[in-house]
Amino acid sequence: MNWVCLLSLLAGSTLARAEEKRAVVHVGSKSFTESVILGELVTQLVSSAGVRAVHRQQLGGTKILWAALLSGEIDVYPEYTGTIAQEMFAGAGLRGEEAIRKALADRGIAMTGSLGFNNTYAIGMREERAERLGIKKISDLAQHPELKLGFSNEFIDRTDGWPLLRDRYGLPQREVRGIDHDLAYRALESEAIDATDLYSTDADILYYHLRALDDDRRAFPEYNAVLLYRAGLATKAPEAISSFSRLVGRIDAKDMIAMNARAKLDRAPETRVAADFLSQKLGIATAVREPSAVDRLLLHLREHLFLVSLSLLAAIAVALPLGILCARWPRAGQVILGVVGIIQTIPSLALLVFMIPLLGIGAKPSIVALFLYSLLPIVRNTASGLQGISIDVRESAEALGLPDGARLRRIELPMASPSILAGIQTSAVINVGTATLGALIGAGGFGQPILTGIRLNDVGLILQGAVPAALLALLVQGLFEILARVLVPRGLRLPSA
Amino acid sequence: MTAPAFQLSGVSKSYRGTLALAPTDLTVPAGQTTVLIGQSGSGKSTLLRLMIGLVRPDTGRVLFQGTELTEANVLSLRRRMGYGIQGGGLFPHLTAAQNICLMASYLGWPQSRIQAQLSELVHLTQFPESGLNRYPSQLSGGQAQRVSLMRALMLGPDVILLDEPLGALDPVTRYDLQTDLKTVFQKLGKTVVLVTHDIGEAAYLGQCLVILRGGRILQSGTLEQLIRSPADPFVTRFVQAQRSPRDELRAAPS
Repeated sequence: MNWVCLLSLLAGSTLARAEEKRAVVHVGSKSFTESVILGELVTQLVSSAGVRAVHRQQLGGTKILWAALLSGEIDVYPEYTGTIAQEMFAGAGLRGEEAIRKALADRGIAMTGSLGFNNTYAIGMREERAERLGIKKISDLAQHPELKLGFSNEFIDRTDGWPLLRDRYGLPQREVRGIDHDLAYRALESEAIDATDLYSTDADILYYHLRALDDDRRAFPEYNAVLLYRAGLATKAPEAISSFSRLVGRIDAKDMIAMNARAKLDRAPETRVAADFLSQKLGIATAVREPSAVDRLLLHLREHLFLVSLSLLAAIAVALPLGILCARWPRAGQVILGVVGIIQTIPSLALLVFMIPLLGIGAKPSIVALFLYSLLPIVRNTASGLQGISIDVRESAEALGLPDGARLRRIELPMASPSILAGIQTSAVINVGTATLGALIGAGGFGQPILTGIRLNDVGLILQGAVPAALLALLVQGLFEILARVLVPRGLRLPSA
Repeated sequence: MTAPAFQLSGVSKSYRGTLALAPTDLTVPAGQTTVLIGQSGSGKSTLLRLMIGLVRPDTGRVLFQGTELTEANVLSLRRRMGYGIQGGGLFPHLTAAQNICLMASYLGWPQSRIQAQLSELVHLTQFPESGLNRYPSQLSGGQAQRVSLMRALMLGPDVILLDEPLGALDPVTRYDLQTDLKTVFQKLGKTVVLVTHDIGEAAYLGQCLVILRGGRILQSGTLEQLIRSPADPFVTRFVQAQRSPRDELRAAPS
């Protein structure tokens, strides 16, 4: 039995090595279900053409995907023509497909034809409430300034979103809140908000009994689904382009709503939804491997530990000397503590986005971000631990004729060790929590099921990420308490006589 | 006649504009106990710390056995001095033995030499052998002071510098330690510089007494010289500022 496993493992690894020599196509997708399904379709098609394809799922919003495509972190991802014209080339005033193609080509990016559906923005209200107020069209909203609007943050910010809508219709609503797109439906249900932005292919329109208001003044541009890919793919893996181009014109709005509904409402995995579509519509059978729950847990654990341990080790290596510096030269220390303090105040999502042009997506930028967040507690505790050593003890060491370095190693660091360890512990525990955000830029970890769970409105899935992450944090906490017993000199742990 | 242990000439020190020690000349003879006495803030601790180089003088020079203390040689010269302070200044994360032997093991002494020196010091200071494995927080004040003395003596220094070594001890322990210190000083015959504000202790332990006030040396000499020919009314006042229970008994109505 065992040697069979071993053999298949060996075979698997040699196979993997052989595959590595060939081109790998990285497929990206945004963090909403439709994008993930489209990404999955592309991935499976490319794979079926014999090209190795990796799907980096739910990487975040447009900015992240666009930056990743430009830097070559991903080769292809699904996008919408409206987003390209209004967001990526905002201010360029692109009109028509040809203008878009030309603008993209200047950046080394190519675009397929429309996949077959237009997923534009729509404004949705609960059917029953809209009926009661007599609202059918977006222009009707102007008569109801008391309505509470909750829009996705992207919709509020982007020029073709709320600002455009407000100006075109002269909407008077004052109470406009930013809310995660997937949470917006629950907010509608609980009447915390009255209207939100939708995508016209959202499965939820049916599920939540929503009315999509008529865009009677044509505020929203066309959002035809297309695939954006690097022009270089034509030389790197031309068969990949011909394989995913088979999707062009093959997915209509009804297909997309149905696939969205299967993934979101029936909780079918996107891989399965995509595979079924490919076999039914295109007659392509693809091998779908669905990892077991334990496999997934272990994978996420491994990814999570990788992020946390590497960033923490790097932080210790840098923060400890910085802390010593702070204690020795308080002037310089104020500057150092100020800088690491400012880093701490940068919102983690913003920091992750800043990293992408520099480091791309995946584990690397996440580790750097976690590293930066881990600095402050360690620097501060090292400095305060060293400064807390009484002058009597410090001078006694000096008076013995012990050189600077030896004093630090033999006297000061051991004496500051409880404080330093506490700092590292704080960093580690915070790190375990913050690492869940790494999933937003494709680093995996326990953030992955949380992110998917939020997207699918699946509390069970959220818990699959949140509970292990919390347990891991507790474990790390406990581990450091044990470590403190081993590392802190016994003389410092005794109650005084 | 042997060379003096310390020669200070024109040495002064201010801390952030506050004068701690006015330009001072002082010669500390070798082989005897010199006591620096004075009130708090008189400059006596500053003077001692200048000798071991914990404080750099603003002006003047400090010579140890004829060599001027500099940034470059201060570490090696300190290893020929032993230093102890009030409370002991022991390293809390090390046992008594580790505190005492820290420097010797840093310098790479062989274990046999360390052990031999340690047992000799334990005998000299009458420290209980069982206490060697205790941590500072487990020692009494008197024991901590003995450990501090052993640490100062470990490398076999030429001079011993003690800053209020017996401050903050209860009177009985203090009395016993004064007796033991005197024995140790006599046995070793080393140069000792001791700082105290207690004239009784100074008279008991020291051959040469140096009285300081406001950052200046008022007078130095034997106790007898201080009493017979005081250089300043304050010298007399300081020497007499002592109460003894016997005086009280005498004054009480019988």
